[in-house]
This record gives sequence, C-alpha cells and structure tokens, in this order.
Amino acid sequence: MDEADDPPERTGDSTAPTDGPALAVRGLTKRYGDTVALDEVDLAVDDGEFVAVVGPSGCGKSTLLRVLTGLEERFEGRAAVDGVDVRDGGSDAVGMVFQEPRLLAWADVRENVAVGLPADVDPGDPAARDRVDGLIETVGLDGFAESRPGELSGGMAQRVSLARGLAYEPEVLLLDEPFSALDQLTKYEQQDNLLDVWRERGATVALVTHDVEEAAYLADRVVVLGGQPGTVETVVDVEADRPRERTDEALLTARREITDALGV
Amino acid sequence: MATTRETESGDVGAELVGALPDADRFQWLLGLVVPAALVVVWHLLVTTGVFAAHQLPQPLRVVETLYGMAATGELWGHIAITLQRVFFGTLLGVSVGVGFGTITGLYGLAHDLLDPLLQSLKNIPSLAWVPLFLLWFGIGEGAKVLLIAVGAFFPVYLNLSTGISNVSEDLIEVAEVYDLGRFESLRRVVFPAAVPSLLVGIRGGVGLAWMFVVAAELIAASQGIGFLLSDGRVLARPDIIVGSILLFAFFGNLSDLAVKEVEKRAVDW
Repeated sequence: MDEADDPPERTGDSTAPTDGPALAVRGLTKRYGDTVALDEVDLAVDDGEFVAVVGPSGCGKSTLLRVLTGLEERFEGRAAVDGVDVRDGGSDAVGMVFQEPRLLAWADVRENVAVGLPADVDPGDPAARDRVDGLIETVGLDGFAESRPGELSGGMAQRVSLARGLAYEPEVLLLDEPFSALDQLTKYEQQDNLLDVWRERGATVALVTHDVEEAAYLADRVVVLGGQPGTVETVVDVEADRPRERTDEALLTARREITDALGV
Repeated sequence: MATTRETESGDVGAELVGALPDADRFQWLLGLVVPAALVVVWHLLVTTGVFAAHQLPQPLRVVETLYGMAATGELWGHIAITLQRVFFGTLLGVSVGVGFGTITGLYGLAHDLLDPLLQSLKNIPSLAWVPLFLLWFGIGEGAKVLLIAVGAFFPVYLNLSTGISNVSEDLIEVAEVYDLGRFESLRRVVFPAAVPSLLVGIRGGVGLAWMFVVAAELIAASQGIGFLLSDGRVLARPDIIVGSILLFAFFGNLSDLAVKEVEKRAVDW
C-alpha cells in the first residue's frame, strides 16, 4: 500500500487543491505492439468533478478508459483511482459504460441492470430490486424491465447499459461515447439525467466523446486529446454556471476553444 | 394474391394476418409429399416386378410384419432395449462431454493437453471401436452403453469447449469491470452464453448415439432394433430389414425433434 500514499503528494503541485484527485494519470504510455496508442498522457480529475475527453477517432480516448477500468494491465506510467493503482484494485472503484451496450442477450433488462449491482448486494433482495427498477425508470425504460435486449432499439439498449453503470454506484464513472447511438432528443434527455445522477451521488465522471457540444455542456473541464499517438493537446475549463442553458454564451466560447484545439 | 393486394389495400393486411397462421399450420405437410410419392413408386416397382419381392418387400408387407411383431409383443422388447441403450449411452456421453468441454473451454492448459488427442479420437469410426469394446467389456449391456457414450461424447465436447472459450470478450470485460468475480461471471455470463453451443452439441450427440447403437447391436446383441436388422438378413426377410430401418428412422427423428424443441425453448433470445 506504499504506492497508495504516493500520488497525493505528487499531484499536490498540479491541479488537485485539497485531498488528492479521484483519478490520477501520470506519464501514461500505452503501446499495442509497435503502435503507440497513448503517449505520456497526464490527467487529474478531482473528486466530484466532471471531465470530458474529446479527440479525433483513433487518438486513444477509449484506450485511456480501458486503462482506468483495469482492462489493460500493461502500460507505462501511472494510473490511480483514489490513490490506489488500477492494477492493485484501484479499478474496483470504477464503473464503465461501454461504447456498445454489451448486454446479456438471454437476460431481461432488470437482470442486465442488476449485473452492475455491487458484489455485496444480493440481486434478489427487494431493496436491490427497487433500486434496479428505479434506475430503469431513470433512464426512461419503465415498462421494459422484462424485455430482452433483442426487443430493444439500439438507443434503448445503450440506456440499459447506462443504468447498469449507475447501479454499480462507482466512485468514478467512466463513459465511452454513451450517447452516440441516441437520437438528438433522447440524447439531451439522457445528458440531463446523467447530470442529475452526478449531482445527487457526487460521483466523479470522466466522459469520452467526439461531440464537442456534449463535452462543453456536461463537463467542468474538457481534455482535448490530439492525434496519433494520443497526447493531451490542451485542457479547456468550461466557466458556465450550473444548471446550464445549452445556449449559454460561456458554452459557445468553450466550444470554440475545443474546436480550435482539435484543429478543425 | 398480388392483384388482391393492389386492389384492396386497406383490408389485405388484416386478412393476411388472419390467413397466415393457417397456411403455416399445414406447411409441414409439404414435407410428406415426396416421401408419400416414394412409397407409391416403391409399391409400383415391386408389384410390377422391377424388384423381386425377396429383395424388396411391398410397403404394406413391411407394415404387416411390424404390426404382427407388435401384436405378439416381440417388437416392444426390441424397441425398449434399444431406447434404453441410447438413453443411458447418451446420458453418459453428454455428461462426460460436458465435463471435458467445460474444463477445456475454461482452461487453456487443459485445452492444449487434451484437445489434440480428443480431436483425433473423434475421427475413429464407430465400428472400429466394437472389437476392442467386446474384448474389454464383454458382450453385456455395459459395452453397448459405453460405445454409444463414445459417440454422444464428441459433439458435446467439441461444441461446448469452443462455445465456452468463444464467449464474447466484450461480455467477459463487462463481468470484469463490474467485479462479478470468477464464480458469478461463470454463472451469469459464461455458462448461459455457452448454452446454445451445448444444445447444438447434444443434438449432434443424440444423432451419433443412434449411429453407434446400430454398430453395437449389429455385432453383439440378442435383442434390439439393430439385432432385428441383422436377424432379418440372416433369415432373408427384407420386410424385417426395411422395417428395422424405418424404426431407426422414426426414433432417430423423434429424439432429434425432442432436442430441437428443448433448444427452441432454452435459446429463445
């Protein structure tokens, strides 16, 4: 556990003002064979902060999340959650909503959401069941608790996956383009849902997206990754007050900054 | 139909919905048309003398023979013992197949150690085992059940093993991210995902069990449909031979339909 004490000291000089960042990534380099997916990436996300990561496809956005969830064991540099290295169990505090729904085809929506329940919660317990049903309602799928994924549209399936991520009650929730399959109206709705959940639970959220508007609307800070291999181009602070209006002047400014950094 | 669709655009949809189930209900009858025609041709070929009656009996003669044996009760003994052999052989073969399939599907080392051997054993024809099994296990029921089990084992083993090892990496990652733990991820993700492969294997296994029961009964049995078959040859009774073949066809199909029905209910997603 020596390592656990390490990051707060080291990150004291960067962005974390008080009790150390929830997510600390330092000099992260990830290679797949000869391909460098991420090159010396630094990222610190404070407890309760909402950070968006944007970048062109192939810049390693998803790889960054995979490292943080503990799915990639081999990398150089450091990645820690609440001061615990992701390879030493730090990833247990992380919940992930994948880009694809990744649902169990044979299980109904309720059972799929229950997969996200923490290990010490018995899915058969009435309280757990209520919580699952509540989450199904939160993502706008009430009435579909007994449906199988095959009966759902792509956007609905993605929302089941979102509910599963929320059921986990993670300290850090990672989302990999969770709204990209949704139509505009549902997307707005689910973005606001996510903000509500984030506010209620005080979770730390890192959202990967290629949607500049989404990043600016949701996040406190937007990390712009640039091209191959992925490196941090710039970090844009979104200064708009919450709750935000989508037409807020400050959001437009942030969007312009992000777009400039992306070089479009 | 095309013209009605164009003219009565409004009601056609409802009409079709009402009409389709009926059409579906009788569709399977189409599968009987060709066999029925063949029986008629068969009958004509024998009665016109193209085939001699001592080589191919009339269809009705076969039915009479089977009916006669059923009436005396002789037939039921043969059917019962064959069904019993197939049942226990399949049960044993499927169980062992599930064991080996699970272990080799889950553990790469077990797969690397066992799979090459099992893959080559599966290519040994059923009849080739018979002398060895007679030598080892005698001519009792045990030898026959074991031989059938060998047949039923391989499809189950092969399908389940690949089914388990090919469970989508995406779902394994979900289990990992949500900390399901080894046991829970097997129970909730890996095994359910492999159920379709298992059932495909069982279907193949039941099919092979019928192949192997013939091998076992042709050579070393005093009862059973296979014995009846070889007895028909010894007695120069083509009606018994054809009747036995038809019995195999009937029960083989019946068991296949049963497994198919289980498959349909279990894999309904």
